[in-house]
Amino acid sequence: MPDEITQRVLHVIADAQRLAPEKVTVDKTFQELGIDSMDGVSLLFALENEFDINIPDEAAKSIRSVQDMVDGVKKILEHGGTLPADLIPPTPAGETKEPVEGSSEGAPVA
Amino acid sequence: MRRVAITGVGVISAMGKTTDEFWANLAAGRSGIRTIQTCDTSQLRFKNGAEYTEFSHQPYFTDKQVDYLDRFAQFAVIAAREAVEQSGIVWTDDLRERTGIVTGSCTGGQITEDLGFRDIYEFKRNRIHPLSIPKVMGNAGASQISMEYGIVGPAYTVTTACSSSAHAFGQAFWLVRNGVVDFAITGGSEAPFSYAFLKSWEAMRVVSPDTCRPFSADRTGMVLGEGAAMFTLEPLDHARARGANILGEISGFGMSADASHITVPNPKGAARAMRAAMTDAGITPEQVGYVNAHGTATRANDISETLALRETFGEHLARLPVSSTKSMHGHGLGAAGALEAAATVLALRHGVLPPTMNYRELDPECDMDVIPNVARPAQVEYALSNSFAFGGLNAVLAFRNSA
Repeated sequence: MPDEITQRVLHVIADAQRLAPEKVTVDKTFQELGIDSMDGVSLLFALENEFDINIPDEAAKSIRSVQDMVDGVKKILEHGGTLPADLIPPTPAGETKEPVEGSSEGAPVA
Repeated sequence: MRRVAITGVGVISAMGKTTDEFWANLAAGRSGIRTIQTCDTSQLRFKNGAEYTEFSHQPYFTDKQVDYLDRFAQFAVIAAREAVEQSGIVWTDDLRERTGIVTGSCTGGQITEDLGFRDIYEFKRNRIHPLSIPKVMGNAGASQISMEYGIVGPAYTVTTACSSSAHAFGQAFWLVRNGVVDFAITGGSEAPFSYAFLKSWEAMRVVSPDTCRPFSADRTGMVLGEGAAMFTLEPLDHARARGANILGEISGFGMSADASHITVPNPKGAARAMRAAMTDAGITPEQVGYVNAHGTATRANDISETLALRETFGEHLARLPVSSTKSMHGHGLGAAGALEAAATVLALRHGVLPPTMNYRELDPECDMDVIPNVARPAQVEYALSNSFAFGGLNAVLAFRNSA
């Protein structure tokens, strides 16, 4: 049985993405759940509201899976809801997110 | 079909109050991006914008006039006045009937809307200012320009997010080319700096906390900008006959829809719009000597746009300079296409290609000649200006140097 924070994250993901709760497990990637970049941004909004936390843009960029999201939320909660700047992982140099057709990643902008 | 000349350009933006100031700053690589002053940014993840901080409605409008004009409509009228004055057109009743106005705006008078809605929701007032509706409507700019000059021909506004004013420009071009009108005022305006709107952008996580670095490996997102650019268009033979100063030609317009995702760009859609613009202009890719990119400096746009340029230009891309002037005037949303059309027309006319500023590091996925940080002298005959909107709606304009 997952811990309480994990359960709440799973619930938020299932609720926000209109997914059957049993499908959302910690071993799933966003790609497997069909969560694209804009869905991911919407999820961050839902999690910020659920836990009353601030998820920085830089920290958000490295999140690719349910486990990443659970870990990220826990880390922010340990720091009282806002991540100190020195704990925000920089985007690795050269790391890019393909925006091409069918991709589930990449910043959502025109 | 008639060839179409550009005989006037007006620009007001964070880069200055006139076209001359806009160009001088573009050519010198001086950015208009600075700390936002008109909104409280203390609770925002970003603090910077290309805001025309010193702007006042005076000396352009009286206090009474400005009661009717949201900031975005003020910008529209100010830029139109400069363009019309530069064109040297002499108005007659006949010409007023044969003139069209097509403007672009993404969010219209949302500053007015934001203030009005605060009255209702936050301050629990029971009434809202009666001029809210006519100030907020997206066509306010077009309507105010029509009243300024008594123009009674076709007038309307196009709203396609970040492509709005490029779509508008293309529509006005076709109206003139096809003989529907004999003179047109077109362009776009935007005033995006209201608190709730900035919060909406913050939520999308695409705005840079720093500055706009298009195509640079270390880019961190877009920076919003405000302002307007307006143009006067007329048939080339009319312009020559009346001895007008011809600043350039609009020679092609292409549009497409991605039909793939509401926010993620698709390079195939962008490439289709570029090809359509060149076909409309009757030119080949090898004839294009400069592209003013959409270049938002988001990770997704810049990679997608590079893929689109590769698909469109193939080996010619190695010899084709591409820059994003959003690094200086910011992302003007519904005004972006017009501000960048102005940059492109002025670049051809002056024989100087504006740089991509704030560029620091090559991104292998954006490996183009982006004119990094320093403007470059170059005589170019044809140039494209790209606009790719949220919603996957693309508009590309092709300009010709008439010198």
